Amino acid sequence: MSQAPALVVLIALIGGAIRVSTPFMFVALGECLTEKSGRVNLGLEGTLVLGAMCAYATAYHTGSPWLGVLAAGAAGAVLGAMHGYICKLPRVNDIAIGIAMMSFGTGVAFFFGKPYIQPQAPRLGALPLGAWTGNPQLAASLEVSPLLLLGIAVAALMAWAFANTRWGLIVRMTGDSAPAAKAMGVSVDLVRFLTTTMGGFLAGIGGAFLSLYYPGSWNQGLSSGQGLMAVALVIFARWSPVRCVVAALLFGAAGAIGPSLQSVGVNQGYYFFNAAPYILTLFIMVLSAKSKRAAHDVPGELSITK
Amino acid sequence: MGYSNISRRTLLQGTAAGVIAAASVGRLARAGDVTIGIVYVGPRDDFGWNQAHAVAVKSLKSLPGVKVVEEENVPETDACAKTMESMINLDGANIILGTSFGYFDPFMIDVAKKYAKVEFRHAAPLWNAQKHPKNLGSYFGYLNQAHYVDGVAAGLSTKSNKLGFVAAKPIASVLSNINSFMLGAKSTNPNASVQVIFTGDWSMPVREAEATNALVDAGADVITCHVDGPKVVIQTAESRGVKTCGHNASQAPLAPKGFITGAEYKWETIYKAYAADVAGGKPMPNMMSGGYEADMVQNTAFGAGASPAARAAAEKAMADLKAKKPIYVGPLKDTKGKIVIDKSYDNLDPYLDQMDYLLEGVVGSIT
Amino acid sequence: MVNVPNPVALAPPVYGSVPGDLSVRIRRSAEYVAIPFFALAVSALLFSVFLLALGKSPLEFFQLVERGGFGTAFSLQNTLQRSAPLILTALAVAVPARIGLIMIGGEGALVLGGFAAAVLSIPMVGHLPPFPTLCLMATAAMVIGGGWVGIAGYLRHARGVNETISTLLLTYIGIAIMNFFVEGALRDLSNPNKPSTKPLGEAYMVGHIPGTDVHWGLAAGIVLAILLQILMSRTTFGFAVRVCGGNPRAALAQGLPVGKLIVLCAMISGACAGLAGFFEVAAIQGRANASLVAGYGFTGILVSFLARHNPVAIIPVALLFGGIVASGGLIERRMGLPDATVLVLQGLTFLVLLVSETLYGRFAIFRVTGTVERT
Repeated sequence: MSQAPALVVLIALIGGAIRVSTPFMFVALGECLTEKSGRVNLGLEGTLVLGAMCAYATAYHTGSPWLGVLAAGAAGAVLGAMHGYICKLPRVNDIAIGIAMMSFGTGVAFFFGKPYIQPQAPRLGALPLGAWTGNPQLAASLEVSPLLLLGIAVAALMAWAFANTRWGLIVRMTGDSAPAAKAMGVSVDLVRFLTTTMGGFLAGIGGAFLSLYYPGSWNQGLSSGQGLMAVALVIFARWSPVRCVVAALLFGAAGAIGPSLQSVGVNQGYYFFNAAPYILTLFIMVLSAKSKRAAHDVPGELSITK
Repeated sequence: MGYSNISRRTLLQGTAAGVIAAASVGRLARAGDVTIGIVYVGPRDDFGWNQAHAVAVKSLKSLPGVKVVEEENVPETDACAKTMESMINLDGANIILGTSFGYFDPFMIDVAKKYAKVEFRHAAPLWNAQKHPKNLGSYFGYLNQAHYVDGVAAGLSTKSNKLGFVAAKPIASVLSNINSFMLGAKSTNPNASVQVIFTGDWSMPVREAEATNALVDAGADVITCHVDGPKVVIQTAESRGVKTCGHNASQAPLAPKGFITGAEYKWETIYKAYAADVAGGKPMPNMMSGGYEADMVQNTAFGAGASPAARAAAEKAMADLKAKKPIYVGPLKDTKGKIVIDKSYDNLDPYLDQMDYLLEGVVGSIT
Repeated sequence: MVNVPNPVALAPPVYGSVPGDLSVRIRRSAEYVAIPFFALAVSALLFSVFLLALGKSPLEFFQLVERGGFGTAFSLQNTLQRSAPLILTALAVAVPARIGLIMIGGEGALVLGGFAAAVLSIPMVGHLPPFPTLCLMATAAMVIGGGWVGIAGYLRHARGVNETISTLLLTYIGIAIMNFFVEGALRDLSNPNKPSTKPLGEAYMVGHIPGTDVHWGLAAGIVLAILLQILMSRTTFGFAVRVCGGNPRAALAQGLPVGKLIVLCAMISGACAGLAGFFEVAAIQGRANASLVAGYGFTGILVSFLARHNPVAIIPVALLFGGIVASGGLIERRMGLPDATVLVLQGLTFLVLLVSETLYGRFAIFRVTGTVERT
């Protein structure tokens, strides 16, 4: 072993946090926006997968990965719009719709994605932010995708917008109290429709990351519940975009625990290490569910926590 | 309908390996019209296990009087039994090929008992003349021989003396591949060691990418794998700038700079033999397996990562294996220090099919 | 002057019949049948448009569904076999839905229940006769499955944790637990290539219903569905559950033990799915291994929603879905469509069905005035 095991694991965790966190981040930010306005979209898992497929297919046909990213966002927006439109009909349960969208989105993605399992699409490049370190492993860990930086920028923008703009205020009001929003003349349905669509757009981009950067391939096993974990992340982050970013980084690191421990010789029980993200999610959901601070931050209209 | 004599050779007799079993029991198939049903556990174009079968079976489609029906993504539950029955009942299949390990017991055994007129063949060395029906059989290529050749080339291609192996599940055929790879590497580079990371499932792209990165971070500069779809592993390794050896199908196009060679099955040999038997009205053998000596495995053409020394060594290893030189020559210890290979075993010896250990020289653990 | 009210004006208007009359009941329940059928028809139509856009024939598709699912004796057996686990996993969704919870942990409870059954079989095979062994295994499966989903119920009651997400997470964790033991401590070493627990052996496996090719799990599912229907509609427990499902605050105000009911419903849910796992192990696989993870839990969600969480209605819906899944292979082979086609159809059906919820109460033809509110 050329380096101390603890250092190897730490480097792997940093790399994991940077690499694996981005899809979580985008989906969590999208869901954060949607939930701030009082709606839950559990279908983001399907949006993630469909976005990944569209990104891959578009990049393959056009040769441009960034067009793929845009296509993924568009696909996500379409699914988000579907969800938003359906949920405003009376008597419709938005959690059930979310599950249905999840299976619909996944089905459509697998259906159209079949011809793309084999071919190779051009991948997104990375910014070698670690080139200044002499350590090749650390340099590899610090290779940052532009999408990660974009995600952080979006989070910052969202945080600022929620606090300082009129539009942010409208979204928050719609989420906290629909009657109050209506009294102000705001169309609650329209606001939620728009936020769900935007949320879908962001989640689609998260999917594009999976297929165009890391792991950089399209097949049917690409997502394993990341969309749903991101929804839990938002609760953990208490609906703050900046905390969503931190939580996503944490999850990315958790996803890297299994393989990195094996690589330094901690070989027992790798199934449990691989299940670490799910255990972590459950744990934090339990912790954050009824805490006083959560009760303060939750948008009042959100059915998920009523 | 005649039955030829049943030969007594069974899997449990550890005698010298037969290449093609003489046991050819079963009804004489009608020469000519034949419908072959093949069942895949995953997608046909996964750059891996299923693709290897699909590519091989394509060669049968062009034969006159032969129809091929395929079904993908059939899980190892009663769904596969129902799929096979559906192919027999609704498509008129008279040969069924089951390509996934878990199809055999109890599903193919039960379906074979039910449809005595249909021939069933399974891609793993499980058939036992004493326990299983006569219209069932096995075929298998000993891919570990090709992994041995990979190891030979990899041993001469590594500078850090560390080789990385991304494996799915710790089952016998995977463990044999890992051990053979290590033995091959050590034969040309006694200082080489192989580190293995298990992902826990046959197809988990994110975990495979993480495992590859972890291995490279730990110092490995040649990566190979045994997962259903090696695309992610090879691509990730290539992007980290390390060399790669492929698995199951040719991943050479994915690694233009670092590809050395790869371990591939050559299912065509077997499928063409089956088709020829059927076209000629002869019964299909119950057991067909082998490695290099039977032309049932092959190595992918050398890529840019293969140095002339590595190429030469690999080619010599292939020739040796064709001449049946054994890979597992004892005494060899496992990672816990116990002697598990006591003598020299012929490459097709059934004792090796029960492998449940990693040999000394491999860093890693099974659970 | 005394106002004598007009006797005619005082008489209650009679709109045809008195509540409780058969025609009234038919009209009221007609809505529950007509609208789902309408939803099925719409989704079939949309799916046909989808197929046409791909250049495939919808007529051929539905003919193949009929042929592969119900048309021949073989197809029918196939469908029945595929429906058996779906009934149980759908019940696992239906029961909590009555109390207003959306729990989708059937897959995890199935896996752990089947695993528990297999583990229990290890000391008993060869020592106890088959029937008591199987009964004990089934009980273990139901207890473990019930306990697992019960965790989610408890978390929901005690900490308000959203049960949809928690049951899904528990599913992934349950699968990891099963894999860990099946590949490690409890692995049957005589089977080097497919990590499994020790096989039960022919003698200890659940057999087929006489005269058919289908195992007893189908019968168990049907019986359980009927029992749960009786539980939900004719007992105090069921009534309490429905009141809680309709309005938790009112239920609390009434003094109903909402928390206990939530946990109990979650446990029943897990027990149903655990039983499905038992049958997967004892009737199909003969052992516990990774093949237990077959997606029955997720299809069960769809079945339950389509049946409006009514246990008895789940039976025909499960048969329908079993037929679609059974014909999926034939469709793939004959029409060259990928196997994801069935997923698209399922997702589409699910969506259309959920949207059709808005149609309830809108059509005058179903309205019967002067009657009590629906439950």
